[in-house]
Amino acid sequence: MTGEGLTLAQQLPALQIVLPLTGAALCALIDRRNVGWAIATLVSFAMPVISVMLLIQVLTTGPVSYAFGGWEPPYGIEYRVDVINGFLLVLISLMGAVVMPYARRSVASEIAENKQAWFYCVYLLCLAGLLGMAITGDAFNAFVFMEVSSLSMYVLIALGNDRRALVAAYQYLILGTIGATFYVIGVGLLFAMTGTLNFVDMAERIVAVEQTRPVLAALAFITVGMCLKLALFPLHVWLPNAYTGAPSVATVFIASTATKVAVYLLLRYYYSIFGAAFVFDDLPVTPILLILSLAGMFVASAVAIFQSNIKRMLAYSSVAQIGYITLGMAEATRLGLTGSIVHLFNHAMMKGALFMVMGCIAYRIGNCRLNNMAGIGRRMPVTMAAFVIAGLSLIGVPGTVGFISKWYLALAAFENGWWWLAFLIMGSSFLAVIYIGRVIEMAWFREPTGPAAEATEPPLSMLIPTWILAGACIVFGLDAEMTAGVAAQAADALFAGLR
Amino acid sequence: MRVDVVLRVVTKLLLPFILLFGLYVQFHGEIGPGGGFQAGVIVGACIILYAIMFGLDRAMRVLSVTAVEKMISLGVLLYLGTGFAGMVMGGEFLNYSVLQHDPVHGQHLGITLIELGVLVTVAGTMVAIFYAFAGRGR
Repeated sequence: MTGEGLTLAQQLPALQIVLPLTGAALCALIDRRNVGWAIATLVSFAMPVISVMLLIQVLTTGPVSYAFGGWEPPYGIEYRVDVINGFLLVLISLMGAVVMPYARRSVASEIAENKQAWFYCVYLLCLAGLLGMAITGDAFNAFVFMEVSSLSMYVLIALGNDRRALVAAYQYLILGTIGATFYVIGVGLLFAMTGTLNFVDMAERIVAVEQTRPVLAALAFITVGMCLKLALFPLHVWLPNAYTGAPSVATVFIASTATKVAVYLLLRYYYSIFGAAFVFDDLPVTPILLILSLAGMFVASAVAIFQSNIKRMLAYSSVAQIGYITLGMAEATRLGLTGSIVHLFNHAMMKGALFMVMGCIAYRIGNCRLNNMAGIGRRMPVTMAAFVIAGLSLIGVPGTVGFISKWYLALAAFENGWWWLAFLIMGSSFLAVIYIGRVIEMAWFREPTGPAAEATEPPLSMLIPTWILAGACIVFGLDAEMTAGVAAQAADALFAGLR
Repeated sequence: MRVDVVLRVVTKLLLPFILLFGLYVQFHGEIGPGGGFQAGVIVGACIILYAIMFGLDRAMRVLSVTAVEKMISLGVLLYLGTGFAGMVMGGEFLNYSVLQHDPVHGQHLGITLIELGVLVTVAGTMVAIFYAFAGRGR
């Protein structure tokens, strides 16, 4: 037992998870929508404070470890924060904090009144689950948090006022459960071979059994399971329906965090536990990921062009953007990984901003159909300007965050001698030009007709968060020192491994 | 609502014993098979049996839908509260050893409290699921 007199700073890893859980229970207990919103906002604002303090602690003094319940790792559950999951915690908690002020009006207009307190309860559970997946240093605990976040996500999606949201939630439930089951089968095999669930301990013990068949099977199961969760191209079918049907706030939050955490967990297994040499040199993971990522980038972008519902279009674009992230993983170099990790952050900023704009439009005209948006840019100029900025960022125009990620990915491609890949990255950006351009043309270059003619700017509580994210697309695009710097450190830490 | 007299009498006789057995499983769970989850299911089953025998309305008079919903979150809060108590007393979250003067008593108290939280939540959830299905179409 080490637990004599821990300071508040040492308790931070536990508070990061326990505060949203407590908030969720309180929301459900009190069951008043305003109180629920207040609790959720308070907790969401506390989260980035904790995660930034943790990241600073990690950057100055190295990884932070927390023995849950006082049971020493590797026997007990360990919470372990290093540069990469510290970065991810900051990303998730920032998104939570930006979304909450926006949520009040949007939720009030989209969700039945008696369900709003429950919405905040489930949102906090989802936040706790995602943060928990990122912070834990225990393979099975990660599964538990994966289920906490997934189950709450199914509910968040099903709360959408469209009946199709129920089908989408059900579809996600089936596929998400398959993904989680595959993950836990992989963990079970690893546990059988190494006798431990602690990531650090597992990384040490796996060396002796690396080339055995169960470990190979575990790698395959975990890869497929996590790729389902992160919506890699052929396993992405749940994503467009889920993002389209969910309430606007849920879409913003899920789109900018959920798939990112799954990417993190896959990176953790590839680099920290199995080891980059085993995964990328001994096994053909690189070509598999490369082909699927490229297929995702092109097919999903092409499908996005033909969507009439803009939320759905952006959802397909998310599948394409996931392709960029896994592409960086497939490149398996320091630069590629930096691009991949920085794109986790950058994609969250721009997709968050774009979905927030869609939420504003849904708040005013009730849906996100493209042909209802004719001339809406003239009625909601401030909102649609945010769409243009985030859209340009999605395309990858220099001066925006999208450019930073693509720059690193292209550099890594040249470094590997895959010059053709750099051209393919550029090529898929042109598809983004088309689908973003369609919306911009419709919104800005037509006379306002139909529902768009009566639309006005959304309330400030929705406009300001939208512009915070759109502004972040520019700020971190002009000065990538901080994001790319931390991402590069995270890539170094991943290559160094846990051993 | 008329139910067969044998069923009614036997149910009424059984109910207190079911509850007692639930509590036995709860408190014995620490040193033998059992625990909060199993005990919660047994307590929930007690209410469900009552509802099946005497109708949903009478069951809801005993334990209203609101009360059931509050039980779900109160149990979780008891669990979390035990964890926070460990933190306040200077240990990690859910470190029971610091709850009392010596670790053995602390662990004893901590486990009892969190299992009680589990019992309340699980019993509440079981009854809530039953109410949700039984109350459909009303």
